[in-house]
Amino acid sequence: MRSNVLPRRSPAAAWLAENGAVAALVVLVVALSLLSSDFLSLTNLLNVGVQAAVTAILAFGSTFVIVTGGIDLSVGSVAALSAITLAWTATEAGVAWPVAVVVALAVGVAAGLVNASLIAYGKLPPFIATLAMLGIARGLALVISQGSPIPMPDAVSRLGDTIGRYLPVPVIVMVVMGVIAAVILNRTYAGRAMYAIGGNEEAARLSGIKVDRQKLITYGLSGGFAAVAGIVLASRLASAQPQAAAGYELDAIAAVVIGGASLSGGKGRALGTFVGALILAVLRNGLNLLSVSAFWQQVVIGVVIALAVLVDTLRRRGTN
Amino acid sequence: MRVSEAILQAEGLRKGFPGVQALDGVDLSLRSGEVHVLLGENGAGKSTLIKMLSGAYHPDEGRVLMDGRQVDIRTAGDAQRLGISTIYQEFNLVPELSVAENLSLGRPPRRFGFIDKSAMVRQAGELLARVGVDVDPRMPIARLGIARMQMVEIAKALALNARVLIMDEPTAVLTTSEVDMLFEIVRQLRDQGVAIAFITHHLEEIAAIGDRVTVLRDGRSVAEVPADTSQDELVRLMVGRPIDQQFPRRPAELGEPLLKVSDLSRRGAFDDISFEVRAGEVVGVAGLVGAGRTEVARAIFGADRYDAGEVAVRGRRLPPADVHAAMEAGLGLVPEDRKGQGLVLSADIGENLGLVTMRDATRAGFVDRKGQRRAAAKVADQLAIRMTGLDQEVRTLSGGNQQKVVIGKWLVADAGVLILDEPTRGVDVGAKVEIYQLINALTDSGHAVLMISSDLPEILGMSDRILVMARGRLVGELPAAEATQDGVMALAVTDVEGSRAQ
Repeated sequence: MRSNVLPRRSPAAAWLAENGAVAALVVLVVALSLLSSDFLSLTNLLNVGVQAAVTAILAFGSTFVIVTGGIDLSVGSVAALSAITLAWTATEAGVAWPVAVVVALAVGVAAGLVNASLIAYGKLPPFIATLAMLGIARGLALVISQGSPIPMPDAVSRLGDTIGRYLPVPVIVMVVMGVIAAVILNRTYAGRAMYAIGGNEEAARLSGIKVDRQKLITYGLSGGFAAVAGIVLASRLASAQPQAAAGYELDAIAAVVIGGASLSGGKGRALGTFVGALILAVLRNGLNLLSVSAFWQQVVIGVVIALAVLVDTLRRRGTN
Repeated sequence: MRVSEAILQAEGLRKGFPGVQALDGVDLSLRSGEVHVLLGENGAGKSTLIKMLSGAYHPDEGRVLMDGRQVDIRTAGDAQRLGISTIYQEFNLVPELSVAENLSLGRPPRRFGFIDKSAMVRQAGELLARVGVDVDPRMPIARLGIARMQMVEIAKALALNARVLIMDEPTAVLTTSEVDMLFEIVRQLRDQGVAIAFITHHLEEIAAIGDRVTVLRDGRSVAEVPADTSQDELVRLMVGRPIDQQFPRRPAELGEPLLKVSDLSRRGAFDDISFEVRAGEVVGVAGLVGAGRTEVARAIFGADRYDAGEVAVRGRRLPPADVHAAMEAGLGLVPEDRKGQGLVLSADIGENLGLVTMRDATRAGFVDRKGQRRAAAKVADQLAIRMTGLDQEVRTLSGGNQQKVVIGKWLVADAGVLILDEPTRGVDVGAKVEIYQLINALTDSGHAVLMISSDLPEILGMSDRILVMARGRLVGELPAAEATQDGVMALAVTDVEGSRAQ
């Protein structure tokens, strides 16, 4: 075998080919700024950031799960349950708000741990275990709230505010959670174990990785991230709503997949997921600015998801 | 032997992939009624060549002729229409469907728009009779052994009226008697005028079944020679230099027992297994496929449970079914199924080499990736893994180099006792010798090696002591110096009293 027989691509082109989602985002931004004069304004871009925040935080959590080759359908429901828990303990039960925040996060993590236990010890397929949790968590949110919104404590609602004139707190939370996700995936034992398990679970096990324990960590993280997303969402609305974030799990999965992760596991990055969430938000925002009807927006977003994965598959086939 | 004109001819085939020129000028001519062996080390281009003939790849340059006319094979369907069938190592069978359904997959016999089941079973029966295999066509594929699955694959090729049959290492997974059966079928097909391209790493099979041999090296066809060419000459052509010794075992000084297995049993799998392996020793485990060797190896390593008995490393008893504890005690397992159990194919070489030591390289949850990288680089260098860099995906490595990565992760971890399950299966001659030399180096430095192998010359050539298993029991132990292939085989086929452990 000899190497270097093919002409080398320029580093920039190679990088773009590896990061197709970034290229797509750039194209999208350029196109929208040409089509709509409002798009590139600072206010609008920050608005896009706020719109992306909840999906992105959920999607970071889902990235862990998808990297291990699993799926978490419960994140939207768990987000709502966590927010309801926070609002209920703080207002109805009269607990101090920092304690309520901790309880809410604990509820998210606990839901994830239940998912993982069903998967690791009960040998349920992740799809089924988390589908069950999707129903359970949503139901519990409705039970606790008796079906009505509960106001969020003021201190927590600031998470939905803007610092100074410009900087929306949800965007900050999104970036912080993204950095945490990236660090976990790249640098920690838990993160590297996720890639090994998703790539080949049996090889990971035979290399001494305690697969069951790592799954607990993975789904626990996903639940924790969902709780944060739920709290951010409720803060923006200043009230926790039992029906909030319904269907968001699908947006989260779409963001992860658009970001280049493989549903069969072993592949995926926090940055890719971030870009995937931005693409979805930019698209929705742009279609709104262009006054495309909400009905057609769903069609367009469906097409974009299919295209994103299609392009990625074709590219991979080309190199293999 | 009937010799006729070439029905398939490939001329000057070239194919490049990013970073690699996989084929760099390959000529091949297959005559009807011959068994043509394709010989070459892993990475020499055999796989790329057959993928080109079966429509999976398209050549960058060169041409393929069938019956003297140039053809363009772009899809598997094109190859099928031309009468080219390929039997890969990974079978293309649907395990849940019956033999008959598999044989008529995609074009079942129909009657009034419905599938005609009785016709399907009848046709399947005829095809199976042609390959001389006794299988009920209604049996699900999953219930057949590997050898019979292969026969079904061959029958499937016949169903497509194959004139050219390409077989990719068909004997790699077969026992000796199954190989004899396969050869019988191959000879029959040859006499019916089928041109057969046969890939094997077992040199002794070449004279037994082949007519001519095309040797590939570094993506080029370097020679076309008759099959009775001497093995030394074939090896020289294949690796480009003579290999002085096929089995360079250098016995080391024996130390204390490192691994001690006592009365290990699992119902239905193995019974009453006791042996020890000492520092500096290579203990070979011979036996037929299904004798329970892999099961014992996995149980020792904690990958599977056992019902009774115990495993001790350096005198300390291991808890059962606990891979982690086994590793901590210094055991390492190189599993039989390299891709399925040994490697994370989607990850790079560095990541795979560091898999075992990752836990120890973790401080406060964070992995010392630089340190891991350094350790991996050292072992990759020691093993002479042929790669573009540590960040190359292991998926893209040849079989021999993949196996080096699996062994390498235990070297990084410095496992004191290595269990090697079929360490050279699907590995080319050059890399084989490198693995043997590595075994020597390990035992020299006081490691112990337990080596399961179905390759008798390898067992005889590389072990210090040989254990033979049959039907889940240890039926014999021989010093390697006194063992012969016949002696080992005689033990391996013993009918153990009371048969398999109940």
